[in-house]
Amino acid sequence: MNLSDSQRIPKDNDGPVFAEPWEAQAFAMAVKLNEAGIFSWSEWAETLGAELHGEPDRPYYESWLAALEKLVESKGVMSAPERIARIEAWDRAARATPHGQPIVLSRG
Amino acid sequence: MPHDGHHHDHDHDDEGSELSPLALRVKALESLLVEKGYVDPAALDVMIDTYETKIGPRNGARVVARAWTDPDFAQWLKRDATEAIASLGYVGRQGEHMVALFNTPALHNMVVCTLCSCYPWPVLGLPPVWYKAMPYRSRAVIEPREVLKEFGVTLPEDKEVRVWDSTAEVRYLVIPERPEGTGSLSEDQLAALVTRDSMIGTGLAKVPA
Repeated sequence: MNLSDSQRIPKDNDGPVFAEPWEAQAFAMAVKLNEAGIFSWSEWAETLGAELHGEPDRPYYESWLAALEKLVESKGVMSAPERIARIEAWDRAARATPHGQPIVLSRG
Repeated sequence: MPHDGHHHDHDHDDEGSELSPLALRVKALESLLVEKGYVDPAALDVMIDTYETKIGPRNGARVVARAWTDPDFAQWLKRDATEAIASLGYVGRQGEHMVALFNTPALHNMVVCTLCSCYPWPVLGLPPVWYKAMPYRSRAVIEPREVLKEFGVTLPEDKEVRVWDSTAEVRYLVIPERPEGTGSLSEDQLAALVTRDSMIGTGLAKVPA
């Protein structure tokens, strides 16, 4: 059987659970919101499954994050404009912060 | 974790910091959720630390070693895996409805989640990269023997391979066959032979050196 690279099973060597901090934070937020009863785990699995299916080549935790953004919006936790404005505020705050100092939102 | 998500730009003209677009999206979500009272940032940190350092496949290996050495425990696992596993202290998220799948000389069990990445966190930790990836999720059901070969496992033709698709409710733990020649080993020594992959069904327990 001749498989293309995309069909081969990627292997790992028990590498880090999370490659970057944002992955860990996105993971923990979804679990905590489920615990708080904002959505059921079935709803989560369905939403994440749809994201993974829709963009099979996207890295796993990017799909995880996209699923989380969709669910908080559909559950009325926050609106998309509110979320996007906050992304822009963080971006401005980061750019206004000298290297090596903690980034705080009030700088924006 | 390898770095802190800040992508520093050492260009002399730029004195500001820069966060990656993904880090920005996560920060936006988190700060809004905290402000609205949905999450506590300290609780998020505790959860991340727990999954990074305290929960992993060694928990599952201890369950398997106990099942190998204690027939009553093995029966309990078959009857009510959730309760039997909880008796060892492994309880928590994604372990609420556990089912133990016993491999035998005639049967090999293998677990997948075709929808997303459902996985028994309390006994195995978080899933490996390949478990979450499309090739495994799509091919495990269609051609399990080919997939097993890629993991270096070739089973006799007459051995049945059964693939179990996880759901949002049920989590499976494969109990691999106990290797030959391990009669004199202690429970701890046996647990060391139990690999993560052997408990997903993409591997076998190690043979003692």
